[in-house]
Amino acid sequence: MSRVRAHIMVCGGTGCTSSHSPQIAEAFEQQLKANGLDEEIKVVRTGCFGLCAIGPIVMVFPEGACYSRVTPEDVPEIVQEHLIKGRIVTRLLHMEGDEGEAVTSLNDTQFYKHQMRIALRNCGVINPESIDEYIGTDGYMALSNILENKIDPQEIIDNIKNSGLRGRGGAGFSTGMKWQFTKDAVSPDGVKYVACNADEGDPGAFMDRSILEGDPFSILEAMTIAAYAVGGTQGYIYVRAEYPIAVARLETAIAAAREYGLLGENILGSGFSFDIELRLGAGAFVCGEETALLTSIEGNRGEPRPRPPFPANKGLFGKPTLLNNVETYANITWILNNGWEKFAAIGTEKSKGTKVFALGGKIVNTGLVEIPMGTTLRTIVEDIGGGCPNGKKFKAAQTGGPSGGCIPASLIDTPIDYDSLTAIGSMMGSGGLIVMDEDNCMVDIAKFFLEFCVDESCGKCVPCRIGTKRLYDLLCKITDGKGTLEDIDTIEELCYHLKESALCALGQSAPNPVLSTLQYFRDEYIAHVVEKRCPAGVCKNLVQYKIDPNKCKGCTLCAKNCPVDAITGAIRAPHSIDPSKCIKCGVCMSNCKFDAITKG
Amino acid sequence: MPNVKTSVPYRGTPEQEARLREVIAQYKGKPGATMPVLQAAQEIFGYLPEEVQIIIAEGLDIPLSEVYGVVSFYAQFSVNPKGRYQISVCLGTACYVKGSGDILTAVEQHLGIKSGGITPDGKFSLDACRCIGACGLAPVMMINDDVYGRLTTSQVAGILDNYK
Repeated sequence: MSRVRAHIMVCGGTGCTSSHSPQIAEAFEQQLKANGLDEEIKVVRTGCFGLCAIGPIVMVFPEGACYSRVTPEDVPEIVQEHLIKGRIVTRLLHMEGDEGEAVTSLNDTQFYKHQMRIALRNCGVINPESIDEYIGTDGYMALSNILENKIDPQEIIDNIKNSGLRGRGGAGFSTGMKWQFTKDAVSPDGVKYVACNADEGDPGAFMDRSILEGDPFSILEAMTIAAYAVGGTQGYIYVRAEYPIAVARLETAIAAAREYGLLGENILGSGFSFDIELRLGAGAFVCGEETALLTSIEGNRGEPRPRPPFPANKGLFGKPTLLNNVETYANITWILNNGWEKFAAIGTEKSKGTKVFALGGKIVNTGLVEIPMGTTLRTIVEDIGGGCPNGKKFKAAQTGGPSGGCIPASLIDTPIDYDSLTAIGSMMGSGGLIVMDEDNCMVDIAKFFLEFCVDESCGKCVPCRIGTKRLYDLLCKITDGKGTLEDIDTIEELCYHLKESALCALGQSAPNPVLSTLQYFRDEYIAHVVEKRCPAGVCKNLVQYKIDPNKCKGCTLCAKNCPVDAITGAIRAPHSIDPSKCIKCGVCMSNCKFDAITKG
Repeated sequence: MPNVKTSVPYRGTPEQEARLREVIAQYKGKPGATMPVLQAAQEIFGYLPEEVQIIIAEGLDIPLSEVYGVVSFYAQFSVNPKGRYQISVCLGTACYVKGSGDILTAVEQHLGIKSGGITPDGKFSLDACRCIGACGLAPVMMINDDVYGRLTTSQVAGILDNYK
């Protein structure tokens, strides 16, 4: 094996792939070959580095230089300057903060300094398509130790229980208990299933996808260990079809694991057999609910069913089934390799370990962050996230997606764990964390999530099918400027009925975004209803676009771009908008070079 | 949902049907076969007209109502053909708070169709989708496999005009 003197790590996550990282990797390979360097310098396509905002990212080791927003055209310069002459291309280095400090080690940045990477330990570090690289980072150590020493399954389950790991899919149930229930369940014909929920439906959450893309073997290993512990015979991974890269990497990983004898019949010659099959979801949010997911794997409409019986006793095809989320599995081998004590030492009293959040929305450092439980929202938003862009004021953070709630700026010092989030009317959820600034209307956000739930309600139970629709209609009435104060009371009442009576978590939690915005931003609802005004200037029926005659230079750009010819005026004279024609699309405002157009 | 029966005549070829029958044979008798077969069928035909659903129901020996029930349940399955250029505007939360709703409106206005529709010449079809996972590039729109990120409404017309 020849000695490799440098590694070029090119992010191959979905975000960076969307901005042409595959072409960048190819360009590097071509350039290296052309310069006769392809033996001594290796190009690695990794999983997500986490800092998606500055993508596509290329890291060059051993220096650890982090190049941001790289284009294929930049590649020859990096090869010539950095790799041949040893001069780092400073113009492409990621700069942090206003001081414009060039970053050479990612670990020193504000973005990474506050993080602790357990579930994401291999993302951006290894080539996710190489089983050898996974094994090189302690991969399959836990499984081989268990199979070689014939560790008692109960001992494994006790380890997981003691670690305090709770389900990362949203509900936060003890993972060890779930494993115990499935182990204790009796299956008449001995068949038990181990399934992985990778149907990440929360729009705006992408941690499970990044783990699958960046470290697929860790999920396979954890599922195999789980199968050994609970007596599982067959595994299923239910993954969103909208994640083509994750699906492809999983397929590669499953094939490689089979080839190495780490999956399939008689794993590592131990006599223990377990195999995993992929099942693709087809775009239904409700399939993230465990009973609905299992019904969907069975090939039916993904409708939930009442619990009990729980899947641990009667799950897939009526057999005892263990179902955990991707991120939950991603913690398993770390716990077994490092000891449960080390895991339990991280976090708060009732929430142990770390949590991955997909940080998005109005935030400078959009990306994937993993923080110890108990980290405050302020640390995440201000230190790691770098605050809202363009100097805007932080208004609220939304966690838990369509099932969660909004945390107002006044509660920014709340430590993040399962129980503290529930206490303030939100929830951990799967880990989407969307930041909103002063330009976001909270009534509109509540309406957005409600619309999502109306679309995604499976229609099986009446409270959810009709209740969410009625709630949505009432919110529309308010954002249209036709609402009354009585409507707000009706909304609240309907929310509580829905919470009480819906069949599954989708319906029960659908009112959360409404209730939490009503709790913290009631004044905005009142402004819509009483003053017929949208304070953030979002709700179209309550907004008017105006041209400031003092600022307008009469350049006619707005009139040219207006799709409905609502803007008139002579050249070099102030223009005006005809409100009866205006459809409030905002094109004029985004085109104006003189900031002459305002809305309010 | 706009997933009603299409008025476009069925144009499946014998080759396509033969490929579908192969897939059916491969899955027949396996538990939970309906979804993978439907996914393969949509790959082959581009959509799932009644004719295709009948082949699947007969092939897997299950009621047509069951096949249609699954088709109409999942957002991924379409009983309408898609345009030559399939546009998806992401309405995930991260994109939405960054104004993807306005992007969708701008596309609708430019093409003169609503979300879920197709232009009369069959060139563009438009859908709103829920998170394609490129939240770092929000707001995002996809046209077939091309991703356009960090969009503003004023860019929309220019991008669409590139597709002839």
